Amino acid sequence: MTSLPITLTINGHRHELEVDPRVTLLDLLRERLDLTGTKKGCDRGQCGACTVLVDGKRINSCLALAVSHDGADVMTIEGVANGEELHPVQAAFIAHDGFQCGFCTPGQIMSTLGLIAEGQAGDDPERIREGLSGNICRCAAYGGIVEAVLEAQEQLAKADRRTAA
Amino acid sequence: MTLELGLNQQPAHLRQGSSIGQPLTRRDGFLKVTGAARYAADNHPPGMLYAVLAVSSIARGRVASLDIEAAKAHKGVVEVMTPRNRPALAMDPDAKDHPFMFRLDLLQNDEVRYPNQSIAVVIAETLEAATEGAVLLSPRYEELPARVGLDDAESFVPRGVGVGNPAVQHKGDVEAGLKSARTRIEATYETPAQYHNAMEPHAIVAAWDGDRLSIDTPSQGLAMAQGRIAGLFGIAPQNIHIRSPFLGGGFGSKGMISGPQVLGVLAARLVGRPVKLVLRREQMYGPVGHRAPTRQTLRMGMDGQGRLTAIDHHAKTASSTFDDFFEPAADASHTLYASPAIATSHEAVRLDTGTPLFMRAPGEATGSIALESAIDEAAHACGMDPLEFRLRNYAEVEPMTGKPFSSKALRECYSQAAKAFGWASRPLQPRLMRDADGFLTGWGVGTATFPALMFQAEARAVLRADGSGLMETGAQDMGQGAWTAFAQIAADGLGLDIDQVDFRAGSSDLPNAGIAGGSGHTATAGMAIHNAGAAVVAKLADLATENKASPLFGAGNEGVVARGGRLYRRDDENRSESYAEILTRAGLTEVEGRGKGAPDPASQETYAKHAHGAVFAEVKVDPDFGQIRVTRMVGAFAAGRVINPRLVRSQYYGGMIWGVSFALHEEAVTDRRSGRIQNANLAEYHVPVNADVPSVEALLVHEDDPHINALGIKGVGEIGVTGTAGAVANAVWHATGVRPRRFPIRIEDLLA
Repeated sequence: MTSLPITLTINGHRHELEVDPRVTLLDLLRERLDLTGTKKGCDRGQCGACTVLVDGKRINSCLALAVSHDGADVMTIEGVANGEELHPVQAAFIAHDGFQCGFCTPGQIMSTLGLIAEGQAGDDPERIREGLSGNICRCAAYGGIVEAVLEAQEQLAKADRRTAA
Repeated sequence: MTLELGLNQQPAHLRQGSSIGQPLTRRDGFLKVTGAARYAADNHPPGMLYAVLAVSSIARGRVASLDIEAAKAHKGVVEVMTPRNRPALAMDPDAKDHPFMFRLDLLQNDEVRYPNQSIAVVIAETLEAATEGAVLLSPRYEELPARVGLDDAESFVPRGVGVGNPAVQHKGDVEAGLKSARTRIEATYETPAQYHNAMEPHAIVAAWDGDRLSIDTPSQGLAMAQGRIAGLFGIAPQNIHIRSPFLGGGFGSKGMISGPQVLGVLAARLVGRPVKLVLRREQMYGPVGHRAPTRQTLRMGMDGQGRLTAIDHHAKTASSTFDDFFEPAADASHTLYASPAIATSHEAVRLDTGTPLFMRAPGEATGSIALESAIDEAAHACGMDPLEFRLRNYAEVEPMTGKPFSSKALRECYSQAAKAFGWASRPLQPRLMRDADGFLTGWGVGTATFPALMFQAEARAVLRADGSGLMETGAQDMGQGAWTAFAQIAADGLGLDIDQVDFRAGSSDLPNAGIAGGSGHTATAGMAIHNAGAAVVAKLADLATENKASPLFGAGNEGVVARGGRLYRRDDENRSESYAEILTRAGLTEVEGRGKGAPDPASQETYAKHAHGAVFAEVKVDPDFGQIRVTRMVGAFAAGRVINPRLVRSQYYGGMIWGVSFALHEEAVTDRRSGRIQNANLAEYHVPVNADVPSVEALLVHEDDPHINALGIKGVGEIGVTGTAGAVANAVWHATGVRPRRFPIRIEDLLA
């Protein structure tokens, strides 16, 4: 296959790449850029383990061809923490035991970031559950995940209020 | 952080002030929430190639042709491995040295014996080229009719079920018990084939260096995997290094090394370069095990007071055509309910599927949903509340053997969970409760139980002159929390704060920690860690108490306490010395001790050992459409000593969701004509998503077990599935008046 040139900004770093048009965004991240935090659970958009943010919106990176996102801004799990300082969503997942094996966790956290940005779920656990139902957790840490989302939203709102004040 | 030496007769769990029992968050949490935890498929050694399986699209027959030339002509494809060029093995993959060596499909011939069986491996420079190469093989087959259902083949009585239990067992006279009964019930229940579907597909990165082999692959049993691969390739086990620091779930499917993982090793051998092979999701429905379907018939008799006079539990199940694993479903009736007569029996057929294997609560889960449903039917037949009926038939000794229980706090589980749930206000008859929206509401109960097993494990402990400690054991963390719970046990064993302990696990070059399975890993490897800690502290104590320069001189082992990195005289706490001082004076940089974990044969003989629990569930059913929702569950479990309540609660919670899934969601559907699995993917094979999950509460019931092991640990990984599935089914009956007899429960069964 003839490779095509694309440019992606990933976790704030600009990458100029030559990419086989068959390569998914997920496989680009995992197999070519050593960003293996994003996971492959099904490779057909059914499990959500591969969730990343593209231009701020959550998508299944296994269903996205890399070449179709030329110029996009991508955020993966590796770009969420600030060095050793965890993002409130990450810290809340640990505090509420929102995972066991951890394999779906990067996708759950990216999906949570997307959900919060969408601003649709609020503090209604039912709507959070619905909004995160594209991310399967076979260990079934779902209760901890919902608690983590609620707490993280509260922390983020507090931080916003401090910034505004 | 106290270790009292020489007090082995006093169970450690009666001691105060320790890391054990603390609800610590996961020590691997930071790695897991930042994406830095490295799972097998995240590895990428230099020069690595990608291997992709081609799998059979038929259930039975032979591969007539493969277009190897077309695949090899594709740009980037390096090699195609088929039976013609697969490197030789030292052992026939169809040979079996012992009952738990399972036959593997390693391209030994062109025969197809189940759908999704490996028929070739394409190795390429990129994943995309290997994937396309596998498609270009365009296999043609000579196909034979597939045998797919429990009635499709002649049945037989297997030689053993589960881990070698007799297929047929009885005590007392069941027929006489049934005859003498005032009330009798008989019912048949069906459970489907289920697939583990861990989120992480089986993956392997294999690299050969001469006759040395380096492997990254998820394994619930590192030493067993090492031994199996060593046997197949005819190399020494110590020449194989397997790393498995994190498993993306296992649930039994990563207990034994599977055929595709070995094919990754073979592919690396063939091309002389490191190879990564990752199963596609649909390829996990065949070669990595599943829970076999069952059809179970229960007969029960009750006297005028609602006491059981007989339980007869018969299970029909299936194995593959080429290997033996028989789901021991009927054995669930051995341990829970008192009855003067109990009979259990199994029969099986051979189907064109991959070999079924252990799947979370193998036998216990399938048996439990049938037994708990039947017990509910029996209670109703006697006009009794189902909880009262269970208490009326409470087993004070293990019913099948008459052995006393090492501990059994099931009564407390029933009462605590019933109270938290509000069971007392439940109407006896079904179909009497509706919620504000008009939904039929029902409440059900189920009893949970799982044997408290121990296997064999070893650990190595080191205390260092800088005051820190090291604990090593090749334990496996598949999400249950081994990295955290074992570090807690290690800290107590070494008499150190947990932050001073370096805990190493998840690698085959560490002492053999046995298998993470059977809910026995924490007890087994935990005891090895505990004993290794005691051994190294005893050595340290000798150094101090035998040296005149030490304030502990003359105290002897009996009189020394280890705590916070110091040894104290028991009779005089003002006299103490730090580990660092003792080692430095002795001119040692470190001192080492080793320990083992294993079941105590004497207490095995004397006691029945099980964890117990009670689960209450509420469901709501749409009266017009039959749609079922679980809205609320409370479980209470007693499983000996709890190392980390936060992690244990998560295990119970996850297990209970698996119970909901068993009752309402999971089923692999096989096409009767082709023998192929029609829903081999995560959209059509239903597992619960977040919106399916109700409010769940898991209560930890205190239980001291002085007989189980010195730490008092039973096990928590599987028990949550049992009891729960039956509680949901019983709640559906209570809501609708329709008794579910096949699982998952279907809308059409409620509307019929």
